[in-house]
Amino acid sequence: MSQAVVDAPASTPPNSTRGSELLREILSGGIVRTLLAVLVGFVVGAVLIIATNADVIAAAGYFFSRPADLISAALNAVSTGYGALFRGSIYDTSALDFATGIRPLTETLRFASPLIAAGLGIALSFRVGLFNIGGGGQLLIGAAFAGFVSFHWHLPYGLHLLVAGFAGIFGAALWGALVGFLKARTGAHEVIVTIMLNYIAGSLITFAMRTPVLQDKAAGGNPKTPPPDVTAQLPLLLGPGYALHLGFIFAIGATILYWWLMERSTVGYRFRAVGLNPDAARTAGINVGWVFVLAMGSSAAFVGLAGVNQVLGRVDGFTPSIDSGIGFDAITVALLGGSTAGGVFLAGLLFGAMKAGSPAMQIQGISPEVLGVVQGVIVLFIAAPPLIRAIFRLPKPSLARITPRRRARPSRKAQR
Amino acid sequence: MSLAPSTPVVSAALRTTVAADAPRKWKIPIAFTVFALIVLVSFGIIGDSREVSFGWSAASDAVKISDLTVTSRAFCIVLGLVMAALATAAWVLSYGRRKIPTWLIVPFGILFVWALVGWVGSGGRVPVEFLLTGALALSTPVVFGALAGVIGERVGVANIAIEGQLLMGAFLSAVTASITHSLVAGLVAAMLGGALVSLVLAAFSIKYLVDQIIVGVVLNALALGITNFFYSALLNNNSATLNYPGTLPFLPIPFLSDIPIIGGVFFDQRITTYAMFVLVPLVWFVLYKTRWGLRIRAVGEHPLAADTVGINVNRTRFWTVTVAGLIAGLGGAALTLGSVGAFVREMSAGQGYIALACVILGRWNPWLATLAALLFGFSRNFRIFAGQAGSTIPPDLIAMTPYLVTLIAVAGLVGRAVAPAAVGKPYVKA
Repeated sequence: MSQAVVDAPASTPPNSTRGSELLREILSGGIVRTLLAVLVGFVVGAVLIIATNADVIAAAGYFFSRPADLISAALNAVSTGYGALFRGSIYDTSALDFATGIRPLTETLRFASPLIAAGLGIALSFRVGLFNIGGGGQLLIGAAFAGFVSFHWHLPYGLHLLVAGFAGIFGAALWGALVGFLKARTGAHEVIVTIMLNYIAGSLITFAMRTPVLQDKAAGGNPKTPPPDVTAQLPLLLGPGYALHLGFIFAIGATILYWWLMERSTVGYRFRAVGLNPDAARTAGINVGWVFVLAMGSSAAFVGLAGVNQVLGRVDGFTPSIDSGIGFDAITVALLGGSTAGGVFLAGLLFGAMKAGSPAMQIQGISPEVLGVVQGVIVLFIAAPPLIRAIFRLPKPSLARITPRRRARPSRKAQR
Repeated sequence: MSLAPSTPVVSAALRTTVAADAPRKWKIPIAFTVFALIVLVSFGIIGDSREVSFGWSAASDAVKISDLTVTSRAFCIVLGLVMAALATAAWVLSYGRRKIPTWLIVPFGILFVWALVGWVGSGGRVPVEFLLTGALALSTPVVFGALAGVIGERVGVANIAIEGQLLMGAFLSAVTASITHSLVAGLVAAMLGGALVSLVLAAFSIKYLVDQIIVGVVLNALALGITNFFYSALLNNNSATLNYPGTLPFLPIPFLSDIPIIGGVFFDQRITTYAMFVLVPLVWFVLYKTRWGLRIRAVGEHPLAADTVGINVNRTRFWTVTVAGLIAGLGGAALTLGSVGAFVREMSAGQGYIALACVILGRWNPWLATLAALLFGFSRNFRIFAGQAGSTIPPDLIAMTPYLVTLIAVAGLVGRAVAPAAVGKPYVKA
């Protein structure tokens, strides 16, 4: 295929170095905008915490006689909530020694691992102009495949983990490739197909968990699997005091792989070409249908890694709720991360921190559900650049901002 | 980004000239034959020889009809033969290169469902009224959502946010009705809640040109986050004052509600269900028989042409989507006031996505979308019935069936669906 023809609009100017590219990215508002969106998200969250806090409501009753009470109650509520979030996700300041104090950070990394892996998967689909809402189903299928190998096959250390991991990734990839195949063959829209496949995967795996294929004999008719063999479990990274396991290293590896795949490989180049303009890509000799299959398969493979992470990173069996919203959160992670490797990694860490910090907020009497609103607001503003520019009176972006490499959204023209 | 297969739109005139030497399409006759054989052989000839009795009326009904008791095998053989006759008709039509009409497909599906019920219920009693009322109740929110989806897509805005609209409507209706002690206020609040989500969707996708599917997904996440937060921060501890709205009363229509079966199913319902009976034909009428509807469809099919004849494309889209939001919000009220009363977190449970599937399964037609929603509702209720009847069919596989049907339909294996041409594409005036 003729690389020069398609690559021309996508390439950065020849004299730009990586450093200046980064600088322009910052100046043109890409990173500033993301940070502002995060800020707005937390401000909205703070407003909600204040508005529902009992002390604040009580103080509001006598606002005109003692206004300072209201302000101090409001500040107190917010600092309690976000303070607990910090202590639960980054560093426990009440801990006696560093080893205990840093444990929340390792929890953040543990929660972030599947979010990063799944987020990369969804991000990949965005870059090809596809919209993969099927994370939940793909994760479940990946989990089931990995789980099956982990407790039905009995292999030596190392090999067992490897085989189970690849089985999970392979299973999810097949499930995802089915979407690409249907799109390429029949033109069925991937959004509706992936939604349906989520439900089908859910029913199918629940059914399998009631049969000897996946069921634990001790579960007594409930859909639950046996625990994975010790040989297949992801080993702990920092010893028995921390729950952080090898899955995080896999997430880092997946991030590097994603970067190489999308920015350096021929396949990734084809993916991006189709994402930018499928008609032009077809004219340039790219088999667009095959790219759909391959892209959905690869997208689901990353999501499958998240499923593997969920299943082999635990010592007991799992239930159909193993997804725990990761398949859906991955969409927001991918959007926040601008579909780039580094961005998704950081977005995954942020969302992982929110998951890790939730219990600490709950203990302080602040509903951790507020973090769901924070996440929603963040991605809403990320999705609408003109809005955040209008609020903070940022300048209009230069042309460099619109280089497709950094675009979060799938191409609008992808369907026609 | 349209939610439909990207087929080139062939004009009707062109289609008739091509029809003479077009290849014959055998998909529907083959599918008909397979289903007829399943009923005839699996349910009938090698089926259950026990008796099944169809209970037409409940004990409390004014006019009673005695149960119809037949052997399950004979019942299924008779139905199977009728289905085989329909299949033959389909073969004849396909041979003549004629389209198989919807009024042939729908009865065929209904016959299959009856045969299935007769087979599963063998050796027991089939409470027909329970099956139908339950299906109707379970599908009501989905019907509202699907109507909103149809209107939105017809005007060219893909609405993934139906889930969020249902959730918002459910939440606001429960809370408002609890505070004001007025169920009517609750209904109004639900509609406004749905419209609010629609307004954000319209503003972002029409004014800021953000990808409609992305806004929809984000709005769902936001609606989920907001309702979850208020549920756990406020409603959970004050459920008596904030989350105890009561339910809408059943309003039996005099005389009509005494008709056996039909009376109980259609004329002894809550106001939300009656609203659905009114809205489905109304939406169809507005879309196809009024000037506003013509404009809506024009904007959805060819915004440039609509603009050329003086229709304000973006304004039409904006207000139509907002009105659709009112309907979706009412679906949310059907989840709370029209059913269990109180709001429960994440109570929409994916029904908005099912509504989206119904839009496509129903080919952007209000009637067919409603039919698709009823299919989903029936399958959910059938699962309950099959569990009670002690059926050997695994319940998880029954639960899976409607999704599988939708997938097969969307993949174009049972005829292609053509979406409004401009769905998902923002219109920017040159």
